Amino acid sequence: MATNDPLDPLAGVDIDTYLERHQQKELLRLLTCGSVDDGKSTLIGRLLHDTRQIYEDQLAAVKRDSVKQGTTGGAVDLALLTDGLRAEREQGITIDVAYRYFSTDRRKFIIADCPGHEQYTRNMATGASNCHLAIILIDARHGVMPQTRRHSFICALLGIKHLVVAINKMDLVAYDQARHDQIKRDYTDFIAKLEVHDLSFIPMSALTGENVVEPAPSMPWYLGPPLLAHLESVHIASDYNLADLRFPVQLVQRPSHDFRGFAGTIASGMLRRGDEVVVLPSRARTRIDRIVTFDGDLEVAQAPMAVTLTLTDEVDVSRGDMLCHPDDLPHQSDQVEAMIVWMAERPLVPGRSYLFKQTTRVVPAELATLHHAIDVDTLERRPASSLAMNEVGRVTLSLHRPVFHDPYKHNRATGAFIIIDRSSNGTVGAGMLLDHSELAETAEHTLDDPWTAPGVDEGPRDPGSVITAGEREARFGQRAVTLLLTGLPASGKATLAYALERRLFDAGRAVTVLYGPAMRRGLSRDLGYSADDRSENLRRSAEVARLVNHAGMSCICAFVAPHAAVRQRVRQLLGEDRVIEVYLSAPAEVCRQRDTTGMYARAERGELKAFPGVSAPYEPPERPDLVLATDTLGPDECVTQVLALLQARGLIT
Amino acid sequence: MNLTHLRQLEAESIHIIREVVAEFERPVLLFSGGKDSACMLHVARKAFFPARPPFPLLHINTTWDFRDLLDYRDSFCEQHGLDLIVYTNEQALAEGMNPFDFPTPQYSAAMQTQALVQALKAGGYDAAFGGARRDEEKARAKERVYSFRNKQMQWDPKNQRPELWNLYNGKVNPGESIRVFPLSNWTELDVWLYIHLEQIPLTPLYFAKPRPSIVRDGTIIVVDDDRMRLRPDETPTLRTVRFRTLGDYPLSGAVESPATTVPQIIEEMLVATHSERQGRLIDHDEAGSMEQKKKEGYF
Repeated sequence: MATNDPLDPLAGVDIDTYLERHQQKELLRLLTCGSVDDGKSTLIGRLLHDTRQIYEDQLAAVKRDSVKQGTTGGAVDLALLTDGLRAEREQGITIDVAYRYFSTDRRKFIIADCPGHEQYTRNMATGASNCHLAIILIDARHGVMPQTRRHSFICALLGIKHLVVAINKMDLVAYDQARHDQIKRDYTDFIAKLEVHDLSFIPMSALTGENVVEPAPSMPWYLGPPLLAHLESVHIASDYNLADLRFPVQLVQRPSHDFRGFAGTIASGMLRRGDEVVVLPSRARTRIDRIVTFDGDLEVAQAPMAVTLTLTDEVDVSRGDMLCHPDDLPHQSDQVEAMIVWMAERPLVPGRSYLFKQTTRVVPAELATLHHAIDVDTLERRPASSLAMNEVGRVTLSLHRPVFHDPYKHNRATGAFIIIDRSSNGTVGAGMLLDHSELAETAEHTLDDPWTAPGVDEGPRDPGSVITAGEREARFGQRAVTLLLTGLPASGKATLAYALERRLFDAGRAVTVLYGPAMRRGLSRDLGYSADDRSENLRRSAEVARLVNHAGMSCICAFVAPHAAVRQRVRQLLGEDRVIEVYLSAPAEVCRQRDTTGMYARAERGELKAFPGVSAPYEPPERPDLVLATDTLGPDECVTQVLALLQARGLIT
Repeated sequence: MNLTHLRQLEAESIHIIREVVAEFERPVLLFSGGKDSACMLHVARKAFFPARPPFPLLHINTTWDFRDLLDYRDSFCEQHGLDLIVYTNEQALAEGMNPFDFPTPQYSAAMQTQALVQALKAGGYDAAFGGARRDEEKARAKERVYSFRNKQMQWDPKNQRPELWNLYNGKVNPGESIRVFPLSNWTELDVWLYIHLEQIPLTPLYFAKPRPSIVRDGTIIVVDDDRMRLRPDETPTLRTVRFRTLGDYPLSGAVESPATTVPQIIEEMLVATHSERQGRLIDHDEAGSMEQKKKEGYF
């Protein structure tokens, strides 16, 4: 049965060899972008036909139809192979994506084909969501068109790492290299604005098949592979995030009293038997006891395997929880920034309640802020008060419970979400979570300096209180001050702040702690970690400290506060005599070792931008009131030294 | 090291099945006894191991199934401790419905589509797993993994939900339901490769053996019992045949083949020139018949 036909699936091999080979194939998911006019259907038909996916009865039907309705003058119109949906579209059946399948010896391919012009953004986003690669079709006669930009933008938005620009219909421009080169230049100029990792150009004719499966002698100047050879060899292994373990629990399995397993799909990363894991949100720590599968226990498992885990301890775990490695945790927040594609007739409006589904977690959510909409053709931002169907915008969402997430560009599985309408139950939007700190850096700051900007009401700050500062001091037995504990992340600020608070409180003092991360969950939840945002966070905190001091209470502020100039402004705002600056001087290498949250590791991998001590400077205070070498001193000793200072200054008696 | 395409498809299907179990009250798995439902059931058993799948299997019995298929169904369920529900549209049967006196569309509407709708309503099932694949025919290419049905179990083509990533929207109102297709992204070749790799037992009907058969209108029909109505010029003779797809025996076309093992079947498939559904008389009757049946409640 074996033949010498190179495309015969059994060419030259026996069935056992064939089976062996086909059990080892990889899977590549791709998207085709373009309209019928660009030859998209013809290209897909060509790929299916030339890789022998079409049976004779199907081809015979197409041959019949080609005479009736084809556009090829009676020759076989391969576009008709995939065009079974025309009649359905006319009936008004919603088709967002049609999927086609073909395979070669090396890979199985799933093509997501998005028909239609009107709902293109929505359909493309849907099709692209699972794809590794996109083919952008350009008609060689017309070059880069507005729709080319739109397609490319959506591909970049959905995180597609590999783009193939298929410059099609080369037969209609006499296989002209200059034309090809011009289009390539135009496209390269445009794409520079978008984040695309891997870009290839292939001149071809889907109609004649040149450079689709077979090389094209008509274009000897093109030295690259034909499309299919490219699709078979493009490197996708590193597209999967195997670094950060994220295991969203899908189901708790309890078939008997002695088995309690947690079933789920490994969203990213790898896990081993015996690994220590943290359960989010409880933060309980335990270890992987077994990795259970139908085919036997495993020592190691990786994304995207579906497994069942058992744990060494009886910790509380339910659907929607996430298991992670303790040194590499995702963000946990109830306020997220995202790019969103709106998919429903009824627009996205602030205040309306939706459901937010990310991994296996579903939480109620509202649109807190619509920052801007993005024109998908020009990529320009414009202010907007709502998002209509097929519009894209940047939003802040407010969630009723926290979710565990990563930026979409680092982790598709934990950075993607859908929005469900609570009355229609429809899927009305899809979103990609952004890296908060990075966003803040690039956001334009149009405000004047907030430290000095005039308030809306320029009257006196505290016009009415008849209680004097002296009365308050007498009541609390202290002169209220603000202790600013500054130092690198993980230098021991929070530990010291709370230990100090305990001691002061036990001694009958009125005291409270302002803790940086706590501020960020509340008052400063709209801020990131850029220099400007850190400054603004400290300004707000200083305002709070001022109120606290004014009420007669002392305030312990635990903040990184990396910039000397900003700390100086805190002193000015509160009054020089009210601020005690304490510098926790543990060096970066010690802090890094002590860090239990994984933030140093993430900063070193570039996931946290502008991280003091790693990728941004920390300016040590030149004349602090007190220096504590927290790399060598224990918390008790530090507390003692601070208390001694307060007594020496006569601030407590 | 990436997973092979079969392991990725398997993981995706397990994810879908688990997600449905997590989000729906009363799922059920449609088990026809064919290779696709055998493959789907195998994946479902993997999804819940070491437990058994936490849902029953439902078989729609038209009373014209192959005997081999029923034997296979019963022994498989017994062997694996699976809960099997068999449903027949008794009313239509009592009214004399059969595949000979009625046109195929009318017969299949009563004995398959209506029977299925009745069985799902009777069981109060809000999610039903089916083994359909998108590569089966052009019209299936656009199918969602979750296919929504209204309270009348009808498919509303204008009201289906976009599906992104692996985030399925399982919100339904009481009385509404979904059909779920965990094997959506598998092709016929994938199913066979997986059956081979996993050594999944199948009904013997897929494997060639001499079977009494007739040729009617160019299609080989196996005479499975003496209820088959033969025309005067038809005499069953032994032909070595097997089936690529299975349905009611009087309506299923067999192919002549010597293939008795899964590798031989795959080998035959690779050089085959006709598509799989051609053996299904049920789909030939009218253009777009699939869409019509689906609107009425068929898979």
